[in-house]
Amino acid sequence: MTIHQISVFLENRAGQLAEITGVLAQKGIDLRAINIAETSDYGVLRLIADNPQAAATTLLEQGFILSMTPVVAVSVPDQPGGLAKVLDVLAKENIDVEYMYSVFGQVNGLAHMVFRVADTDKLISVLKDNGLEPISSENLGIR
Amino acid sequence: MERYYQPEIECASRETILAWQNERLCKQVKNVWDNVPYYRRKMEEKGLTPDDIRGVEDLHKLPFVTKDDLREAYPYGLVARPLRDCVRIQSTSGTTGKRVVAFYTQHDLDLWEDCCARAIVAAGGTHEDVCQVSYGYGLFTGGPGLNGGSHKVGCLTIPTSSGNTERQIMFIRDLNATILCCTPSYAAYLGETMKEMGLSPDEIPLKAGIFGAEAWSEEMRRSIQETLGIKAYDIYGLTELSGPGVAFECSEQSGMHINEDHFIAEIIDPQTGEVLPEGSQGELVFTSITKEAFPLLRYRTRDICVLSRKSCSCGRTHVKMSKPRGRSDDMLIIKGVNVFPSQIETVLLAQGYQANYQMIVDRVNNTDTLEVQVEMTPENFSDNLAQITQMEKSLVAALKAMLGIYAKVRLVAPKSIARSEGKAVRVIDKRKI
Repeated sequence: MTIHQISVFLENRAGQLAEITGVLAQKGIDLRAINIAETSDYGVLRLIADNPQAAATTLLEQGFILSMTPVVAVSVPDQPGGLAKVLDVLAKENIDVEYMYSVFGQVNGLAHMVFRVADTDKLISVLKDNGLEPISSENLGIR
Repeated sequence: MERYYQPEIECASRETILAWQNERLCKQVKNVWDNVPYYRRKMEEKGLTPDDIRGVEDLHKLPFVTKDDLREAYPYGLVARPLRDCVRIQSTSGTTGKRVVAFYTQHDLDLWEDCCARAIVAAGGTHEDVCQVSYGYGLFTGGPGLNGGSHKVGCLTIPTSSGNTERQIMFIRDLNATILCCTPSYAAYLGETMKEMGLSPDEIPLKAGIFGAEAWSEEMRRSIQETLGIKAYDIYGLTELSGPGVAFECSEQSGMHINEDHFIAEIIDPQTGEVLPEGSQGELVFTSITKEAFPLLRYRTRDICVLSRKSCSCGRTHVKMSKPRGRSDDMLIIKGVNVFPSQIETVLLAQGYQANYQMIVDRVNNTDTLEVQVEMTPENFSDNLAQITQMEKSLVAALKAMLGIYAKVRLVAPKSIARSEGKAVRVIDKRKI
């Protein structure tokens, strides 16, 4: 139930993001989610693509430094308190969220959140135990 | 009226100076032959014995000593006296992290302090003066050298050491410091700070400054003299030879008199090693003829300059050297500290980075800055930003440990550091010196 996130090293300079999205667009790769963490000098771009393998190969060919990171996506009701409920479960189970971000768009009133934690398997089982279903890659339109 | 610390030496006739040099050189050669196997071996390799050196005119026969020799002989290989006779070490950085350690007997310290005292008196210092030494104290020779010289002159000495600008200014004002010893960039910084505090040169008690350990321009001299309302004098030295005071400026402020009773200077072609005729630009080579613990014969300084024997209006007869105009190796002087690109390479490789880097040296607000740009590697990359920041911090710490100064690390994308035709440009020095 894990999803392959591509993490890319970003130098803080104008045009870096345009370059990355540009080469992915050329290969017809669609982005499902995107997130950036940065300091004043550099950052990490995290993205979920519809075709992770193709996206990774394309970026590696362009000389980017990247890693594949397993993350878990969860549907949450797109309403006040929806995310809070999930986070509450994680807090109770002592699962430390390294970072999280949302997937573009919503389906049937549900928003999708991506979680990065140290122990992915534990996260999946905790979610299931609490009636929250992790979303499969297919359901996010990922090949 | 020009004043001297040791007039009979500083104004001795050329013949007298040459006679001293001849006698002391022969004695020194005999000394290292007897007491330093490393030198003896080097001389034997050239088929020389002490009898071949009868005076300064034979100096060119001797082999050179380089920083590599110092590294090879580290720590005791060039020490000419039993350690029980040595009382001090000072140290500076070497090419690849091995430091240069110089040894001193009490007599060596005395002569070194005499040299610094000559510089202070040449800058107008007397026992009436209050001399603030804002060079770093410790392994660095700047603080200890000028401190000793200031004592010899009889100045009231304020050993502030470097840093803590607020306190420096407080002492200058409250204790009426008249002479300031520090790096020229720090002098400029102090000047700018006092200007910002609204102090005019008239309100600053300083009258002279002795500034060295890094390159500075005439333009910088003018601006320091203006903001502080002082006369700014250059001083030259190397830890390997003793420290500051190997050469110093007089009232003429046009080149530094080399203390020729202690050091014989030569100018060589850095490529061929040939001694160049007087007045030529080339690499400065020194032989320390009075050093007891750590004598160096024909030590290649890598500083490029010109010697001049034109008579000086100050009355001193010792040869003058120009400000160093560059280096014949890749050493940089940043914040008064010797930095070699190879040191940075050593740290990067040890920390799991590739040796692809660029050093950006600049001068911001009169203070040298060093930025090391390093290419990110797949091994060091993580999706977790905190982890990258942590690695960056440990790299900064490792660089500080190696270089002794802070270097900002800038992680850049792979292949973003320009590779120019084969030979990479490792250093971009933006300082206008």
